[in-house]
Amino acid sequence: MQLSMLLLGLSLATALWSGVQAINAEARASYAEAAGALGQDRLPRLVAQEGAVPVASYAALRRAGWEVSPVTEGRLEGNDLRLIGIDPLTLPAKARQIEVAGADLGSFVSAQGMLFADADTVARLAGVQGLPLLRPSPDLPPGVAIGDISVVQRLLGGAGISYLVLGPAAAPGPLAETAPELRMEPAKGGEDLARLTDSFHLNLTAFGLLSFAVGLFIVYSAIGLAFEQRRGVFRTLRALGLSGRALIGIVLAELLVLAGVAGVAGVGLGYLVAAALLPDVAGTLRGLYGADVPGTLTFRPWLWGAGVGIAVAGTLIAAGQSLWRLWQMPVLAPAQPRAWARASVAGLRWQAGAGAVLLMGALGLGVLGQGLWAGFGMLGAVLLGAALLLPSLLWAATTIAQRHAKAVLAQWFWADTRQQLPGLSLALMALLLALATNLGVGTMVSSFRLTFTGWLDQRLASEIYLTAADEAQAARMLDWLAPRTDAILPIWRADTTLAGEPAEVFGMTDHATYRDNWPLLMASPDVWTVMAAGQAVLVNEQMYRRSGLALGDRVALPGGALPIAGVYSDYGNPKPQAIVSTDQLVQRFPDVARLRFALRVDPAKAAALAAALRAEFGLQGDAVLENAGVKAFSLRVFERTFAVTAALNVLTLAVAALAMFASLMTLSEMRLPQLAPVWAMGLTTRRLAWLDFARTMMLAGLVLALALPLGLGLAWILLAVVNVAAFGWRLPMYVFPADWLRLSLFAALAAGGAAAGPWVRLARLGPGALLKVFTNER
Amino acid sequence: MLLTLSGVTKVFQTGEGPVRVLDGVGLTLGAGQSLALTGESGSGKSTLLHLVAGLETPDAGAIVVAGTDMARATDTVRAQMRRGVVAVVFQQFNLIPSLDVAANLAFQARLAGRHDPAWVADLAQRLGLGAVLARYPEQLSGGQQQRVAIGRALALRPQLVLADEPTGNLDEATGDAVLDLMLGLVAQTGAGLLMVTHSPRLAQRLGGQVRLSSGRLA
Amino acid sequence: MNAKGLICVVFLAAVSPLATAAQGFAGLGQTAEGFAIPDPATRFSFPADHGAHPTFRVEWWYVTATLTGPDGTDYGAQWTLFRTALAPEETGSTGWTSPQLWMGHAAITTPDRHLFAERLARGGVGQAGVQAVPFEAWIDNWQMTSTAAAGQDALSGLTLTAGGEGFSYNLALQATGPIVAQGVQGYSVKSAAGQASHYYSQPFYTVTGDLVLGEARIPVTGQAWLDREWSSQPLGQDQTGWDWFSLMFEDGARMMGFRLRDGGAGYTSATWIDADGTATPAPPNALRATPLTVQGGVPVTWRLEWPERGVDVTLSALNAGAFMARSVPYWEGPVRIAGSHKGRGYLEMTGYE
Repeated sequence: MQLSMLLLGLSLATALWSGVQAINAEARASYAEAAGALGQDRLPRLVAQEGAVPVASYAALRRAGWEVSPVTEGRLEGNDLRLIGIDPLTLPAKARQIEVAGADLGSFVSAQGMLFADADTVARLAGVQGLPLLRPSPDLPPGVAIGDISVVQRLLGGAGISYLVLGPAAAPGPLAETAPELRMEPAKGGEDLARLTDSFHLNLTAFGLLSFAVGLFIVYSAIGLAFEQRRGVFRTLRALGLSGRALIGIVLAELLVLAGVAGVAGVGLGYLVAAALLPDVAGTLRGLYGADVPGTLTFRPWLWGAGVGIAVAGTLIAAGQSLWRLWQMPVLAPAQPRAWARASVAGLRWQAGAGAVLLMGALGLGVLGQGLWAGFGMLGAVLLGAALLLPSLLWAATTIAQRHAKAVLAQWFWADTRQQLPGLSLALMALLLALATNLGVGTMVSSFRLTFTGWLDQRLASEIYLTAADEAQAARMLDWLAPRTDAILPIWRADTTLAGEPAEVFGMTDHATYRDNWPLLMASPDVWTVMAAGQAVLVNEQMYRRSGLALGDRVALPGGALPIAGVYSDYGNPKPQAIVSTDQLVQRFPDVARLRFALRVDPAKAAALAAALRAEFGLQGDAVLENAGVKAFSLRVFERTFAVTAALNVLTLAVAALAMFASLMTLSEMRLPQLAPVWAMGLTTRRLAWLDFARTMMLAGLVLALALPLGLGLAWILLAVVNVAAFGWRLPMYVFPADWLRLSLFAALAAGGAAAGPWVRLARLGPGALLKVFTNER
Repeated sequence: MLLTLSGVTKVFQTGEGPVRVLDGVGLTLGAGQSLALTGESGSGKSTLLHLVAGLETPDAGAIVVAGTDMARATDTVRAQMRRGVVAVVFQQFNLIPSLDVAANLAFQARLAGRHDPAWVADLAQRLGLGAVLARYPEQLSGGQQQRVAIGRALALRPQLVLADEPTGNLDEATGDAVLDLMLGLVAQTGAGLLMVTHSPRLAQRLGGQVRLSSGRLA
Repeated sequence: MNAKGLICVVFLAAVSPLATAAQGFAGLGQTAEGFAIPDPATRFSFPADHGAHPTFRVEWWYVTATLTGPDGTDYGAQWTLFRTALAPEETGSTGWTSPQLWMGHAAITTPDRHLFAERLARGGVGQAGVQAVPFEAWIDNWQMTSTAAAGQDALSGLTLTAGGEGFSYNLALQATGPIVAQGVQGYSVKSAAGQASHYYSQPFYTVTGDLVLGEARIPVTGQAWLDREWSSQPLGQDQTGWDWFSLMFEDGARMMGFRLRDGGAGYTSATWIDADGTATPAPPNALRATPLTVQGGVPVTWRLEWPERGVDVTLSALNAGAFMARSVPYWEGPVRIAGSHKGRGYLEMTGYE
């Protein structure tokens, strides 16, 4: 029994951990590939203070001895392709992802050009007009194509140099001497994508660790039980002359074998978990961050090693206490399993102290800390602190209850509960963490969802969104549409750099659509007037928060800075974004593609107009979108984002239930000496079993009561601290009592399921087992 | 008669087939009487005691305690008998670890709804437990633990006290002192006493004695 | 065309599948795929011809120097800039779309070491190029800059800087004689099939400057030779390699010679240059070049004979390991001259696989 429990617990713990690791590894590998396309993760860059890097700056730097190489990057709209243009002659070896040599080099740099992409992307792009020769390259991530800088600049409509990568050679002098218009960005640990998705993976990792910790509780219980049951055997072995060292060695060897087996099984299970979750993760990353992650897993030998390693380490941690006791056990120790419960009162005090310190630390982090890690640190401190405080709180609660209990059975019930606390506390902590996380994440997701849908309604106020293939088609469409619509609003976009990050600038035409609907978080009173006059800029919340801006601050833009007149919420977008008037956009970015438009029509006629538009111009796919479709798509992206979180949530809760089950099974074995006298004094085993069941439910209830405030606190931290740091937006928190009810049901199910086994066992227990307590020497 | 056993038979299933632990045992015990049950290890004397206490049921025969046949009583009835009529003192592990001495002393009496604080205080006094009432069982010596067990049994004022080697875990001097206390108190409450012991010396101190050998009365 | 032409053509071949396909096609010289072709009637016009000729396919600025340190140790230095056009220049194809590619080679040869570096660059963006007035040729931070006094030919005074891993140099060149047109008025025929290039040299430099080898700065003096050549025609298919000699004799005379190897007798050409700069081309195959000893797969001592000029000399490499293992591998290093004439020179060999 305890063997299967040990294996199950360890496998599950390892499975969740390595599942999450496998997903993370897969995603990270994709980012690394995407980034490694230029080795950007390994090399520093020079970027312009504003806009593109002038060619003259590049030449000046080369002539001054700088080992720089130009890169042009951008997205090819309509084909969902990230284009990277390089100069193969100067690209540092470290930044090379493709080898262009021999005859290929000529084609690569020739006017016709050549694009390298992974085989899938090559297949996808086959037949697309206007693209150069496509060559498959196994080293590139999906959705990325590399070509010569001249070719990519042409494909991107005359883009300039996005940045210069700096080779490993020493800088020949100060940058300001040669190119004061540029600044250096140090080599990044990861690339943009990796950084943007950090929070997502941190989230997953935190869940993985939590699950693993919960799984360890199971292992701890199982090992404790195994040791308890074999105490007699150990004593006999010691009495027969086996040294303590040898005994420990044997037990350890046995544990390591089990850990190895469970580790391998766990990693296997983990792959299944990962394989089940990966499509959702991939979808999320694509939808939210535009990161391409393949939907299939790669076999990674190191993951097996790490999985087995962590299983072994976890086993040793979980077995540490039992092994220590075995080591300390005198050769002929009287069996006194009752003493340890009382001895841990001191431990409770220590735990409570540590918990309080952690909670205060969390408070300190909340006040002083900044950034994502502070947010997660705060989260961790609150969770761990609360978990550590839990046994003391339960101890206090049961003490008070015992004191106020009138009936003798009730008194015994509480006293006995209290006595069980040390043995159950780990499982209860696991339950608390699982419940609180569930509640916290659930509240966050629901709050987010509510805000997000409201925001979508505001943001997608126009009835139809239209994308033309080229400007000629756009012109024809506009002519056709003019008599059929109330208004045609250009949505033109230019890519640029804002606050040192890749960003987008949109143009906005002054119209009631925006004045009435645009989701401004804060604005100057005359915001629409100054925007219409082209004298101001709107920025999204992400940029506003990350750069610590205020209304009226000037934002550097190509062609001159503009003051901020308003801040709007922009959920789901990781990048900084700014909006200027359409006139200003065209003036500042003369090359901007003039292809996208929002159409205002009578909502009742929107569908018909969209259909007519498609028919008239032979449009397909995303070229014409009704706002319902856009909303549906946005919501789908959103749902996917949290699908993984929800799945892990449920898994964690299940593992917590299992931990509780294992702990209860262990205790039920150890508790016979506690129950036997009561039974002898006139209680049936059935009654005792019911009391035990009630006890478990009561404890779960107490834990739930504590999990509610903890979960809400967690939700607050997630919404107000972590989200701001990770995504750049802050969300209002909504409370969903219906969710609490659902969670209570879950908790009851988990506790009931966990208590059912010991309950059945106790109810069926024959008198023999109980009598053994009195007659046998245990 | 307080206690009447007739034809009591108990068979245990073991690895080597069924073992007839008790084979048609019959005996009687009146109120206020005491009887020692002796015999070799494995002679079935503890089992007999468990049957009388209603902790187990016999395969055949009748065990009538204060008018109730424990052999035919339901689980619940037997539990009620244990709660209010019969009190057992085992060799060890008599006490509830999670309750202190005072609570342990009063536990069974309160469970039976017959708590008499003055009587319990008196018992504690006479058992020499006045100073340890707030302690927990594991903080007591073996002799103290057995005195608490005796006090708890008598706090109920049971009609029948059953004792299974109550001094078996104690050294001779302590054991004798504990036994003296028990015999004195049992006599005072007028309860019947059935005590299992393997010691002829202790057996002699009771009103009568029977000897079990291979499941039969000798 | 000397062996440098081969290097440049091989570089071109490396980057242009068209060139590879076209190589060896005898009629190519007539059409050259839209490139300008050398014309015997063309006369040099300076300073314009010191600059680039982008309508031709290949072109180079090539300096070799034989140098001596304060302790009498001999050194060699090389500074080369190649230009290759992938396609004929079109109007408007500036910036990154320019079809011009540039390659720089720099080297220092000592008796026991050979240090070299390569730089590659796109045309059209200013990273590399040649400007006629004021004269300047560069790729990255390698420079060849005119220091000529007003009224003098721009190439009569030059500074050269270049460097790579573990070495760099800074040399000042001063011409003591005139520019010399090779071949017939600068029209240099390369093969019996008639392929040719425009080719002139400045073989009369005296040199002072510093070599930096690792941490050591070594003041040097010596002589240098500059070659300028442009063409559009690759070699014939049967031509497998190229040996080129520049000889600077102690009496002030200079001699250039090359041997084109093929399956048969090969093709040699030479120019005798008197100390006053008077150049006399040799008739085809008047020069006899005989490899004497082979080391590391290449002949490192040679016998050169031009009986009409009384030349019978032995060349021996200062360092047999002077391979330029770059995009296009070849051997280029200083030699000592003994025999009928004494002096120092440079040897270049390609096509020894």
